[in-house]
Amino acid sequence: MINSYGFRKLKNRLFFVLCAVCVVIAVVPLASILFEVAIRGAPQLSITFLTANASKGGIGHAIQGTLIIVGLTSIIGIPIGILSGVYLSEFGNNRYTQSLRTINNMLTQFPSIIVGITAYALIFNILGSSKWAFSTLTGAVALSFIMIPIITRTTEESLKLVPNTLREASLALGAHKWRTTLSVVLPTTKTGLITGILLAVARVAGETAPLIMTIQGSRYFFRGLNGRIAALPLEIWTNSLQPYPEAQAQGWGAALILIIIVLTLNIAVRLASRRE
Amino acid sequence: MRFTGDKVFKVLVAVIAASALAILIITGYTLSVGSMPVLQKFGLNFFFGQQWSPAAGREIFGLLPYILGTLATSGIALLIGVPLSLGIAIFLVEMAPRSLRVPISYLVELLAAVPSVIYGLWGLFVFRGFMVTYIETPISKYLGWIPIFSGEPGGLDIFTAGAILAIMIIPTVASISKEVISSVPNSIREGAYSIGATKWEVIKRWVISYGRSGIFGAVILGLGRAVGETMAVTMLIGNATSFSAMPTSLFNPGQTLSSLIASGILDASSPFAYSAYIGAGLALLFMSLIINVGAHFVMTRVFKVKGGAIE
Repeated sequence: MINSYGFRKLKNRLFFVLCAVCVVIAVVPLASILFEVAIRGAPQLSITFLTANASKGGIGHAIQGTLIIVGLTSIIGIPIGILSGVYLSEFGNNRYTQSLRTINNMLTQFPSIIVGITAYALIFNILGSSKWAFSTLTGAVALSFIMIPIITRTTEESLKLVPNTLREASLALGAHKWRTTLSVVLPTTKTGLITGILLAVARVAGETAPLIMTIQGSRYFFRGLNGRIAALPLEIWTNSLQPYPEAQAQGWGAALILIIIVLTLNIAVRLASRRE
Repeated sequence: MRFTGDKVFKVLVAVIAASALAILIITGYTLSVGSMPVLQKFGLNFFFGQQWSPAAGREIFGLLPYILGTLATSGIALLIGVPLSLGIAIFLVEMAPRSLRVPISYLVELLAAVPSVIYGLWGLFVFRGFMVTYIETPISKYLGWIPIFSGEPGGLDIFTAGAILAIMIIPTVASISKEVISSVPNSIREGAYSIGATKWEVIKRWVISYGRSGIFGAVILGLGRAVGETMAVTMLIGNATSFSAMPTSLFNPGQTLSSLIASGILDASSPFAYSAYIGAGLALLFMSLIINVGAHFVMTRVFKVKGGAIE
Protein backbone atom coordinates (compact mmCIF):
# COMPACT_ATOMS: atom_id res chain seq x y z
CA MET A 1 0.00 0.00 0.00
CA ILE A 2 2.62 2.50 1.15
CA ASN A 3 4.71 2.01 -1.96
CA SER A 4 1.87 1.67 -4.43
CA TYR A 5 2.08 3.71 -7.59
CA GLY A 6 -0.91 5.80 -6.55
CA PHE A 7 0.72 6.78 -3.29
CA ARG A 8 3.98 7.64 -5.01
CA LYS A 9 2.10 9.79 -7.50
CA LEU A 10 0.34 11.53 -4.63
CA LYS A 11 3.67 12.30 -2.97
CA ASN A 12 4.89 13.63 -6.28
CA ARG A 13 1.90 16.00 -6.51
CA LEU A 14 2.32 17.17 -2.92
CA PHE A 15 5.94 17.91 -3.57
CA PHE A 16 5.06 19.98 -6.61
CA VAL A 17 2.59 22.01 -4.56
CA LEU A 18 5.16 22.43 -1.78
CA CYS A 19 7.73 23.86 -4.17
CA ALA A 20 5.17 26.24 -5.65
CA VAL A 21 4.30 27.37 -2.11
CA CYS A 22 8.00 28.12 -1.51
CA VAL A 23 7.96 30.45 -4.49
CA VAL A 24 4.85 32.18 -3.20
CA ILE A 25 6.38 32.58 0.29
CA ALA A 26 9.40 34.27 -1.26
CA VAL A 27 7.44 36.56 -3.54
CA VAL A 28 4.92 37.73 -0.92
CA PRO A 29 7.47 39.73 1.12
CA LEU A 30 8.72 41.40 -2.05
CA ALA A 31 5.20 42.34 -3.05
CA SER A 32 4.43 43.50 0.48
CA ILE A 33 7.58 45.66 0.64
CA LEU A 34 6.85 47.33 -2.71
CA PHE A 35 3.19 47.79 -1.83
CA GLU A 36 3.76 49.26 1.64
CA VAL A 37 6.54 51.55 0.46
CA ALA A 38 4.36 52.83 -2.38
CA ILE A 39 1.23 53.26 -0.25
CA ARG A 40 2.89 54.84 2.76
CA GLY A 41 5.49 56.80 0.81
CA ALA A 42 3.37 58.27 -1.97
CA PRO A 43 1.29 60.66 0.21
CA GLN A 44 4.56 62.29 1.32
CA LEU A 45 5.62 63.29 -2.15
CA SER A 46 5.47 66.99 -2.87
CA ILE A 47 7.80 69.59 -4.28
CA THR A 48 8.75 70.76 -0.79
CA PHE A 49 9.39 67.20 0.40
CA LEU A 50 11.72 66.53 -2.51
CA THR A 51 13.62 69.80 -2.46
CA ALA A 52 13.65 71.24 1.07
CA ASN A 53 16.03 70.24 3.85
CA ALA A 54 15.14 68.66 7.18
CA SER A 55 14.24 71.89 8.97
CA LYS A 56 11.49 72.49 6.40
CA GLY A 57 10.31 68.89 6.52
CA GLY A 58 11.91 67.70 3.27
CA ILE A 59 14.46 65.16 2.20
CA GLY A 60 16.05 67.24 -0.56
CA HIS A 61 19.31 67.27 1.37
CA ALA A 62 19.32 63.48 1.58
CA ILE A 63 18.61 63.05 -2.15
CA GLN A 64 21.40 65.49 -2.93
CA GLY A 65 23.66 63.71 -0.44
CA THR A 66 23.05 60.30 -1.99
CA LEU A 67 23.73 61.65 -5.49
CA ILE A 68 26.97 63.32 -4.37
CA ILE A 69 28.25 60.36 -2.40
CA VAL A 70 27.38 57.85 -5.11
CA GLY A 71 28.94 60.14 -7.73
CA LEU A 72 32.17 60.46 -5.76
CA THR A 73 32.25 56.72 -5.11
CA SER A 74 31.83 56.10 -8.83
CA ILE A 75 34.66 58.48 -9.68
CA ILE A 76 36.96 56.48 -7.41
CA GLY A 77 35.49 53.03 -7.97
CA ILE A 78 34.69 52.71 -11.66
CA PRO A 79 38.18 53.33 -13.18
CA ILE A 80 39.91 51.18 -10.57
CA GLY A 81 37.33 48.41 -10.88
CA ILE A 82 37.44 48.31 -14.68
CA LEU A 83 41.23 48.35 -14.92
CA SER A 84 41.48 45.60 -12.28
CA GLY A 85 39.00 43.55 -14.27
CA VAL A 86 41.08 44.15 -17.42
CA TYR A 87 44.16 42.82 -15.67
CA LEU A 88 42.42 39.71 -14.35
CA SER A 89 40.93 38.89 -17.74
CA GLU A 90 43.65 39.96 -20.21
CA PHE A 91 46.93 39.22 -18.50
CA GLY A 92 47.33 35.54 -18.09
CA ASN A 93 46.24 32.98 -15.62
CA ASN A 94 49.17 32.98 -13.22
CA ARG A 95 49.18 32.49 -9.48
CA TYR A 96 49.03 36.24 -8.88
CA THR A 97 45.83 36.74 -10.88
CA GLN A 98 44.29 33.64 -9.38
CA SER A 99 44.86 34.78 -5.83
CA LEU A 100 43.67 38.30 -6.68
CA ARG A 101 40.51 36.79 -8.15
CA THR A 102 39.90 34.75 -5.00
CA ILE A 103 40.46 37.76 -2.76
CA ASN A 104 38.22 39.86 -4.94
CA ASN A 105 35.40 37.32 -4.82
CA MET A 106 35.75 37.23 -1.06
CA LEU A 107 35.55 41.01 -0.88
CA THR A 108 32.28 41.00 -2.81
CA GLN A 109 30.83 38.78 -0.07
CA PHE A 110 32.19 40.85 2.81
CA PRO A 111 29.69 42.36 5.26
CA SER A 112 29.38 46.05 4.51
CA ILE A 113 29.63 46.93 8.20
CA ILE A 114 33.23 45.71 8.11
CA VAL A 115 33.98 48.33 5.50
CA GLY A 116 32.34 50.91 7.74
CA ILE A 117 34.28 49.90 10.82
CA THR A 118 37.51 49.81 8.81
CA ALA A 119 36.92 53.34 7.57
CA TYR A 120 36.13 54.32 11.14
CA ALA A 121 39.31 52.73 12.51
CA LEU A 122 41.33 54.39 9.75
CA ILE A 123 39.84 57.73 10.65
CA PHE A 124 40.83 57.26 14.26
CA ASN A 125 44.32 56.03 13.54
CA ILE A 126 45.26 58.39 10.73
CA LEU A 127 43.00 61.40 10.64
CA GLY A 128 42.33 61.65 14.35
CA SER A 129 40.03 64.52 15.07
CA SER A 130 40.96 66.53 11.99
CA LYS A 131 38.14 68.13 10.06
CA TRP A 132 38.38 65.41 7.39
CA ALA A 133 37.58 62.67 9.91
CA PHE A 134 33.82 62.37 9.48
CA SER A 135 33.25 63.71 6.04
CA THR A 136 31.75 63.16 2.63
CA LEU A 137 35.15 62.04 1.40
CA THR A 138 35.65 59.27 3.98
CA GLY A 139 32.15 58.04 3.18
CA ALA A 140 32.95 57.87 -0.52
CA VAL A 141 36.23 56.03 0.15
CA ALA A 142 34.37 53.52 2.32
CA LEU A 143 31.71 52.92 -0.34
CA SER A 144 34.36 52.54 -3.04
CA PHE A 145 35.76 49.60 -1.03
CA ILE A 146 32.40 47.96 -1.74
CA MET A 147 32.14 49.10 -5.35
CA ILE A 148 35.62 48.17 -6.61
CA PRO A 149 35.33 44.38 -6.08
CA ILE A 150 31.89 44.27 -7.71
CA ILE A 151 32.97 46.15 -10.83
CA THR A 152 36.22 44.19 -11.05
CA ARG A 153 34.26 40.97 -11.09
CA THR A 154 31.60 41.98 -13.60
CA THR A 155 34.24 43.53 -15.88
CA GLU A 156 36.32 40.37 -15.83
CA GLU A 157 33.29 38.22 -16.55
CA SER A 158 32.14 40.30 -19.50
CA LEU A 159 35.66 40.62 -20.96
CA LYS A 160 35.96 36.85 -20.94
CA LEU A 161 32.97 36.69 -23.28
CA VAL A 162 34.83 38.68 -25.98
CA PRO A 163 35.97 36.14 -28.58
CA ASN A 164 39.73 35.72 -28.87
CA THR A 165 39.57 36.12 -32.64
CA LEU A 166 38.83 39.83 -32.15
CA ARG A 167 41.99 40.27 -30.10
CA GLU A 168 44.01 38.29 -32.62
CA ALA A 169 42.65 40.31 -35.54
CA SER A 170 43.61 43.55 -33.84
CA LEU A 171 47.08 42.30 -32.96
CA ALA A 172 47.53 41.03 -36.53
CA LEU A 173 46.81 44.52 -37.82
CA GLY A 174 49.78 45.68 -35.77
CA ALA A 175 48.02 47.22 -32.81
CA HIS A 176 49.72 47.05 -29.45
CA LYS A 177 48.17 45.01 -26.70
CA TRP A 178 47.17 48.11 -24.73
CA ARG A 179 45.61 49.58 -27.84
CA THR A 180 43.80 46.32 -28.55
CA THR A 181 42.46 46.20 -25.02
CA LEU A 182 41.33 49.82 -24.87
CA SER A 183 39.99 50.28 -28.41
CA VAL A 184 38.79 46.80 -29.36
CA VAL A 185 38.10 44.61 -26.35
CA LEU A 186 36.54 47.16 -24.00
CA PRO A 187 34.21 48.79 -26.58
CA THR A 188 33.02 45.37 -27.74
CA THR A 189 31.70 44.55 -24.31
CA LYS A 190 30.33 48.01 -23.54
CA THR A 191 26.91 46.70 -22.50
CA GLY A 192 28.45 44.23 -20.07
CA LEU A 193 30.53 46.97 -18.48
CA ILE A 194 27.58 49.34 -18.15
CA THR A 195 25.48 46.55 -16.64
CA GLY A 196 28.12 45.90 -14.00
CA ILE A 197 28.49 49.59 -13.24
CA LEU A 198 24.73 50.13 -12.86
CA LEU A 199 24.40 47.13 -10.53
CA ALA A 200 27.29 48.37 -8.43
CA VAL A 201 25.79 51.87 -8.28
CA ALA A 202 22.42 50.43 -7.22
CA ARG A 203 24.08 48.39 -4.51
CA VAL A 204 26.12 51.31 -3.21
CA ALA A 205 23.16 53.71 -3.25
CA GLY A 206 21.31 51.49 -0.78
CA GLU A 207 24.24 50.87 1.57
CA THR A 208 23.66 52.20 5.04
CA ALA A 209 26.02 50.53 7.46
CA PRO A 210 29.28 52.07 6.19
CA LEU A 211 27.70 55.53 6.21
CA ILE A 212 26.70 55.48 9.88
CA MET A 213 30.27 55.87 11.03
CA THR A 214 31.64 57.93 8.16
CA ILE A 215 29.28 60.64 6.91
CA GLN A 216 27.04 60.35 9.99
CA GLY A 217 24.12 62.16 8.37
CA SER A 218 23.15 65.80 8.48
CA ARG A 219 20.09 68.01 8.43
CA TYR A 220 21.46 70.37 5.81
CA PHE A 221 22.49 70.49 2.19
CA PHE A 222 26.03 69.69 1.05
CA ARG A 223 28.62 71.80 2.85
CA GLY A 224 31.87 70.73 1.27
CA LEU A 225 33.84 67.50 0.98
CA ASN A 226 35.19 67.84 4.50
CA GLY A 227 31.79 68.18 6.13
CA ARG A 228 29.10 65.74 7.14
CA ILE A 229 26.42 65.00 4.61
CA ALA A 230 22.99 63.38 4.55
CA ALA A 231 22.04 60.28 2.54
CA LEU A 232 18.71 58.60 1.81
CA PRO A 233 19.45 55.30 3.61
CA LEU A 234 20.56 57.13 6.75
CA GLU A 235 17.49 59.34 6.55
CA ILE A 236 15.28 56.24 6.43
CA TRP A 237 17.07 54.69 9.37
CA THR A 238 17.02 57.69 11.68
CA ASN A 239 13.41 58.54 10.83
CA SER A 240 12.19 54.99 11.41
CA LEU A 241 13.55 55.10 14.97
CA GLN A 242 11.69 58.31 15.82
CA PRO A 243 8.54 57.94 17.92
CA TYR A 244 6.68 60.63 15.90
CA PRO A 245 4.33 59.53 13.10
CA GLU A 246 5.40 62.50 10.93
CA ALA A 247 9.04 61.44 11.10
CA GLN A 248 8.14 57.84 10.34
CA ALA A 249 6.06 58.97 7.38
CA GLN A 250 9.09 60.90 6.10
CA GLY A 251 11.10 57.71 6.43
CA TRP A 252 8.60 55.94 4.16
CA GLY A 253 8.78 58.81 1.68
CA ALA A 254 12.56 58.55 1.61
CA ALA A 255 12.24 54.76 1.20
CA LEU A 256 10.01 55.28 -1.84
CA ILE A 257 12.60 57.53 -3.49
CA LEU A 258 15.43 55.11 -2.69
CA ILE A 259 13.56 52.08 -3.96
CA ILE A 260 12.63 53.94 -7.15
CA ILE A 261 16.32 54.71 -7.74
CA VAL A 262 17.43 51.16 -7.02
CA LEU A 263 14.69 49.43 -9.00
CA THR A 264 15.11 51.77 -11.99
CA LEU A 265 18.78 50.85 -12.14
CA ASN A 266 17.98 47.15 -11.89
CA ILE A 267 15.32 47.30 -14.57
CA ALA A 268 17.64 49.31 -16.83
CA VAL A 269 20.18 46.54 -16.45
CA ARG A 270 17.55 43.98 -17.32
CA LEU A 271 16.55 45.83 -20.48
CA ALA A 272 20.16 46.42 -21.52
CA SER A 273 21.13 42.78 -21.14
CA ARG A 274 18.02 41.58 -22.93
CA ARG A 275 18.84 43.68 -25.98
CA GLU A 276 22.27 42.13 -26.11
CA MET B 1 58.49 51.66 -28.40
CA ARG B 2 55.92 48.92 -28.81
CA PHE B 3 57.65 46.95 -26.11
CA THR B 4 57.63 49.75 -23.51
CA GLY B 5 54.06 50.86 -24.18
CA ASP B 6 52.74 47.38 -23.49
CA LYS B 7 54.98 46.94 -20.51
CA VAL B 8 53.83 50.20 -18.92
CA PHE B 9 50.21 49.24 -19.51
CA LYS B 10 50.66 45.80 -18.02
CA VAL B 11 52.43 47.10 -14.92
CA LEU B 12 49.82 49.84 -14.53
CA VAL B 13 46.82 47.50 -14.57
CA ALA B 14 48.66 44.95 -12.42
CA VAL B 15 49.25 47.59 -9.77
CA ILE B 16 45.64 48.76 -9.94
CA ALA B 17 44.41 45.18 -9.73
CA ALA B 18 46.33 44.85 -6.47
CA SER B 19 43.70 47.17 -4.97
CA ALA B 20 41.74 44.07 -3.94
CA LEU B 21 44.72 42.85 -1.96
CA ALA B 22 45.24 46.35 -0.60
CA ILE B 23 41.64 46.56 0.63
CA LEU B 24 41.98 43.20 2.38
CA ILE B 25 45.28 44.19 4.01
CA ILE B 26 44.02 47.62 5.05
CA THR B 27 40.95 46.01 6.59
CA GLY B 28 42.89 43.39 8.53
CA TYR B 29 45.61 45.80 9.60
CA THR B 30 43.44 48.70 10.77
CA LEU B 31 41.04 46.42 12.63
CA SER B 32 43.93 44.65 14.39
CA VAL B 33 45.65 47.87 15.33
CA GLY B 34 42.39 49.52 16.34
CA SER B 35 41.37 46.68 18.65
CA MET B 36 44.83 46.32 20.22
CA PRO B 37 43.90 48.24 23.43
CA VAL B 38 41.02 45.90 24.36
CA LEU B 39 42.87 42.79 23.25
CA GLN B 40 45.86 43.75 25.40
CA LYS B 41 43.70 44.43 28.41
CA PHE B 42 41.32 41.47 28.24
CA GLY B 43 43.10 38.96 26.02
CA LEU B 44 40.87 36.07 25.05
CA ASN B 45 38.32 37.17 27.65
CA PHE B 46 37.32 39.83 25.16
CA PHE B 47 35.82 37.08 23.01
CA PHE B 48 34.42 34.95 25.83
CA GLY B 49 33.27 37.55 28.36
CA GLN B 50 29.60 38.35 28.75
CA GLN B 51 29.65 41.82 30.23
CA TRP B 52 29.60 45.06 28.24
CA SER B 53 29.84 48.14 30.36
CA PRO B 54 31.42 51.34 29.13
CA ALA B 55 31.34 53.10 32.51
CA ALA B 56 34.49 55.20 32.58
CA GLY B 57 37.26 53.74 34.70
CA ARG B 58 35.57 50.35 35.11
CA GLU B 59 35.14 49.37 31.47
CA ILE B 60 34.53 45.71 30.78
CA PHE B 61 33.93 44.43 27.27
CA GLY B 62 33.05 40.87 26.29
CA LEU B 63 31.72 39.69 22.94
CA LEU B 64 30.26 36.28 23.78
CA PRO B 65 26.55 37.29 23.74
CA TYR B 66 26.94 38.94 20.34
CA ILE B 67 28.91 36.07 18.82
CA LEU B 68 26.20 33.66 20.03
CA GLY B 69 23.51 36.09 18.88
CA THR B 70 25.06 36.16 15.41
CA LEU B 71 25.10 32.36 15.31
CA ALA B 72 21.50 32.16 16.58
CA THR B 73 20.03 34.60 14.04
CA SER B 74 22.01 33.07 11.18
CA GLY B 75 20.97 29.60 12.32
CA ILE B 76 17.29 30.57 12.22
CA ALA B 77 17.83 32.21 8.85
CA LEU B 78 19.32 29.00 7.44
CA LEU B 79 16.65 26.75 9.01
CA ILE B 80 13.87 28.76 7.39
CA GLY B 81 15.60 30.11 4.32
CA VAL B 82 17.41 27.06 2.96
CA PRO B 83 14.37 24.77 2.52
CA LEU B 84 12.48 27.65 0.90
CA SER B 85 15.39 28.40 -1.43
CA LEU B 86 15.76 24.74 -2.39
CA GLY B 87 12.05 24.56 -3.12
CA ILE B 88 12.33 27.62 -5.34
CA ALA B 89 15.40 26.28 -7.13
CA ILE B 90 13.77 22.90 -7.75
CA PHE B 91 10.58 24.55 -8.92
CA LEU B 92 12.48 26.77 -11.35
CA VAL B 93 14.66 24.06 -12.84
CA GLU B 94 12.46 20.96 -12.76
CA MET B 95 8.84 22.03 -12.66
CA ALA B 96 7.97 25.52 -13.79
CA PRO B 97 6.63 25.98 -17.29
CA ARG B 98 9.21 27.67 -19.49
CA SER B 99 7.23 30.91 -19.63
CA LEU B 100 7.28 31.29 -15.83
CA ARG B 101 10.97 30.58 -15.29
CA VAL B 102 12.40 33.93 -16.28
CA PRO B 103 9.85 36.13 -14.48
CA ILE B 104 10.03 34.11 -11.26
CA SER B 105 13.80 34.04 -11.12
CA TYR B 106 13.79 37.76 -11.83
CA LEU B 107 11.41 38.40 -8.92
CA VAL B 108 13.58 36.33 -6.61
CA GLU B 109 16.64 38.29 -7.75
CA LEU B 110 14.80 41.53 -7.00
CA LEU B 111 14.67 40.44 -3.36
CA ALA B 112 18.44 40.89 -3.37
CA ALA B 113 18.16 44.36 -4.88
CA VAL B 114 16.02 45.81 -2.08
CA PRO B 115 18.35 47.73 0.25
CA SER B 116 18.79 46.30 3.71
CA VAL B 117 17.51 49.46 5.40
CA ILE B 118 14.20 49.11 3.55
CA TYR B 119 13.89 45.55 4.82
CA GLY B 120 14.42 47.07 8.24
CA LEU B 121 11.76 49.73 7.78
CA TRP B 122 9.26 47.20 6.44
CA GLY B 123 10.24 44.79 9.19
CA LEU B 124 9.69 47.37 11.89
CA PHE B 125 6.25 48.52 10.75
CA VAL B 126 4.78 45.57 8.85
CA PHE B 127 6.59 42.27 9.34
CA ARG B 128 6.96 42.69 13.10
CA GLY B 129 3.20 42.89 13.59
CA PHE B 130 2.67 39.83 11.42
CA MET B 131 5.28 37.86 13.36
CA VAL B 132 3.83 38.77 16.77
CA THR B 133 0.22 38.05 15.86
CA TYR B 134 0.44 34.97 13.68
CA ILE B 135 3.68 33.24 14.59
CA GLU B 136 5.13 34.20 17.95
CA THR B 137 1.95 34.42 20.04
CA PRO B 138 0.64 30.98 18.98
CA ILE B 139 4.06 29.41 19.50
CA SER B 140 4.42 31.00 22.89
CA LYS B 141 0.91 29.91 23.87
CA TYR B 142 1.36 26.25 23.03
CA LEU B 143 5.11 25.75 23.25
CA GLY B 144 5.98 28.41 25.81
CA TRP B 145 7.13 25.76 28.28
CA ILE B 146 10.14 25.01 26.09
CA PRO B 147 12.96 27.31 27.31
CA ILE B 148 13.87 28.68 23.86
CA PHE B 149 10.27 29.86 23.37
CA SER B 150 9.92 31.42 26.82
CA GLY B 151 9.25 35.07 27.41
CA GLU B 152 6.69 37.54 26.16
CA PRO B 153 6.81 37.82 22.37
CA GLY B 154 7.21 41.48 21.42
CA GLY B 155 8.43 41.26 17.86
CA LEU B 156 11.75 42.95 18.48
CA ASP B 157 13.66 39.77 19.15
CA ILE B 158 16.06 37.15 17.84
CA PHE B 159 13.31 35.20 16.08
CA THR B 160 12.03 38.15 14.04
CA ALA B 161 15.58 39.13 13.12
CA GLY B 162 16.31 35.55 12.04
CA ALA B 163 13.09 35.40 10.02
CA ILE B 164 13.85 38.57 8.08
CA LEU B 165 17.37 37.26 7.45
CA ALA B 166 15.78 34.12 6.05
CA ILE B 167 14.00 36.24 3.44
CA MET B 168 17.19 38.13 2.69
CA ILE B 169 19.32 35.04 2.04
CA ILE B 170 16.77 33.43 -0.29
CA PRO B 171 18.10 35.11 -3.48
CA THR B 172 21.69 34.04 -2.73
CA VAL B 173 20.91 30.43 -1.85
CA ALA B 174 18.19 29.97 -4.47
CA SER B 175 20.16 31.33 -7.42
CA ILE B 176 23.28 29.26 -6.67
CA SER B 177 21.23 26.11 -6.00
CA LYS B 178 19.48 26.74 -9.29
CA GLU B 179 22.81 26.79 -11.12
CA VAL B 180 23.90 23.64 -9.31
CA ILE B 181 20.68 21.75 -10.02
CA SER B 182 20.61 22.73 -13.66
CA SER B 183 24.21 21.59 -14.04
CA VAL B 184 23.24 18.05 -13.06
CA PRO B 185 23.55 16.09 -16.34
CA ASN B 186 20.27 15.06 -17.93
CA SER B 187 21.51 11.51 -18.38
CA ILE B 188 21.21 11.09 -14.61
CA ARG B 189 17.56 12.12 -14.70
CA GLU B 190 16.83 9.99 -17.74
CA GLY B 191 18.43 6.95 -16.14
CA ALA B 192 16.29 7.37 -13.04
CA TYR B 193 13.07 7.92 -14.98
CA SER B 194 13.79 4.84 -17.07
CA ILE B 195 13.67 2.60 -14.00
CA GLY B 196 10.27 4.04 -13.11
CA ALA B 197 10.97 6.74 -10.56
CA THR B 198 8.54 9.62 -10.13
CA LYS B 199 9.79 13.17 -10.48
CA TRP B 200 10.00 13.63 -6.71
CA GLU B 201 12.03 10.45 -6.35
CA VAL B 202 14.34 11.51 -9.15
CA ILE B 203 14.94 14.87 -7.47
CA LYS B 204 15.31 13.49 -3.98
CA ARG B 205 17.50 10.49 -4.68
CA TRP B 206 19.52 11.55 -7.70
CA VAL B 207 19.47 15.27 -8.45
CA ILE B 208 19.94 16.54 -4.88
CA SER B 209 22.50 13.92 -4.01
CA TYR B 210 24.46 14.60 -7.20
CA GLY B 211 24.50 18.32 -6.48
CA ARG B 212 24.84 18.14 -2.70
CA SER B 213 28.29 19.69 -2.40
CA GLY B 214 27.22 22.58 -4.61
CA ILE B 215 24.11 23.09 -2.55
CA PHE B 216 26.28 22.97 0.56
CA GLY B 217 28.36 25.77 -0.96
CA ALA B 218 25.19 27.77 -1.60
CA VAL B 219 24.20 27.33 2.05
CA ILE B 220 27.61 28.55 3.22
CA LEU B 221 27.33 31.65 1.03
CA GLY B 222 23.86 32.25 2.48
CA LEU B 223 25.38 31.92 5.95
CA GLY B 224 27.97 34.53 4.99
CA ARG B 225 25.24 36.92 3.95
CA ALA B 226 23.26 36.28 7.16
CA VAL B 227 26.26 36.76 9.45
CA GLY B 228 27.19 40.12 7.97
CA GLU B 229 23.76 41.59 7.40
CA THR B 230 23.46 44.73 9.46
CA MET B 231 20.64 47.21 9.03
CA ALA B 232 17.56 45.00 9.01
CA VAL B 233 18.88 43.06 12.00
CA THR B 234 19.81 46.21 13.91
CA MET B 235 16.29 47.52 13.47
CA LEU B 236 14.53 44.31 14.50
CA ILE B 237 16.62 42.49 17.07
CA GLY B 238 15.89 44.78 20.00
CA ASN B 239 19.51 45.80 20.68
CA ALA B 240 20.08 44.25 24.07
CA THR B 241 23.55 44.58 25.57
CA SER B 242 25.66 42.90 28.23
CA PHE B 243 24.22 39.86 30.06
CA SER B 244 20.68 40.33 28.79
CA ALA B 245 21.90 39.92 25.21
CA MET B 246 22.70 36.24 25.79
CA PRO B 247 20.42 34.40 23.36
CA THR B 248 18.55 32.27 25.90
CA SER B 249 15.10 32.56 24.31
CA LEU B 250 14.11 33.27 20.73
CA PHE B 251 11.54 35.77 21.98
CA ASN B 252 14.03 37.89 23.90
CA PRO B 253 15.79 40.92 22.46
CA GLY B 254 19.30 40.07 21.41
CA GLN B 255 22.23 41.53 19.54
CA THR B 256 24.58 40.39 16.78
CA LEU B 257 28.13 41.58 16.20
CA SER B 258 27.06 43.75 13.30
CA SER B 259 24.04 45.23 15.08
CA LEU B 260 26.17 45.91 18.16
CA ILE B 261 28.50 48.02 16.03
CA ALA B 262 25.77 49.81 14.07
CA SER B 263 23.61 50.62 17.07
CA GLY B 264 26.29 51.49 19.58
CA ILE B 265 29.38 52.91 17.92
CA LEU B 266 28.21 56.50 17.77
CA ASP B 267 27.57 56.44 21.51
CA ALA B 268 31.05 55.18 22.32
CA SER B 269 32.38 57.61 24.89
CA SER B 270 36.09 56.92 25.16
CA PRO B 271 38.94 55.75 22.91
CA PHE B 272 38.87 52.50 24.86
CA ALA B 273 35.20 51.99 24.00
CA TYR B 274 35.90 52.76 20.32
CA SER B 275 38.53 50.09 20.46
CA ALA B 276 35.97 47.58 21.80
CA TYR B 277 33.67 48.23 18.83
CA ILE B 278 36.57 47.89 16.42
CA GLY B 279 37.33 44.60 18.17
CA ALA B 280 33.77 43.48 17.46
CA GLY B 281 34.48 44.32 13.81
CA LEU B 282 37.62 42.18 13.98
CA ALA B 283 35.60 39.23 15.33
CA LEU B 284 33.09 39.68 12.51
CA LEU B 285 35.93 39.84 9.99
CA PHE B 286 37.27 36.50 11.27
CA MET B 287 33.84 34.86 11.04
CA SER B 288 33.31 36.22 7.57
CA LEU B 289 36.78 35.14 6.39
CA ILE B 290 36.33 31.60 7.70
CA ILE B 291 32.91 31.28 6.03
CA ASN B 292 34.08 32.74 2.72
CA VAL B 293 37.27 30.67 2.54
CA GLY B 294 35.14 27.59 3.26
CA ALA B 295 32.68 28.55 0.54
CA HIS B 296 35.54 29.20 -1.87
CA PHE B 297 36.97 25.71 -1.45
CA VAL B 298 33.59 24.01 -1.72
CA MET B 299 32.57 25.99 -4.80
CA THR B 300 35.84 25.64 -6.74
CA ARG B 301 35.77 21.89 -6.13
CA VAL B 302 32.18 21.61 -7.27
CA PHE B 303 32.49 23.66 -10.40
CA LYS B 304 35.82 22.12 -11.44
CA VAL B 305 34.29 18.66 -11.37
CA LYS B 306 31.41 19.75 -13.55
CA GLY B 307 33.32 21.31 -16.39
CA GLY B 308 33.41 24.84 -15.05
CA ALA B 309 30.79 26.25 -17.36
CA ILE B 310 29.19 28.23 -14.57
CA GLU B 311 31.84 30.58 -13.35
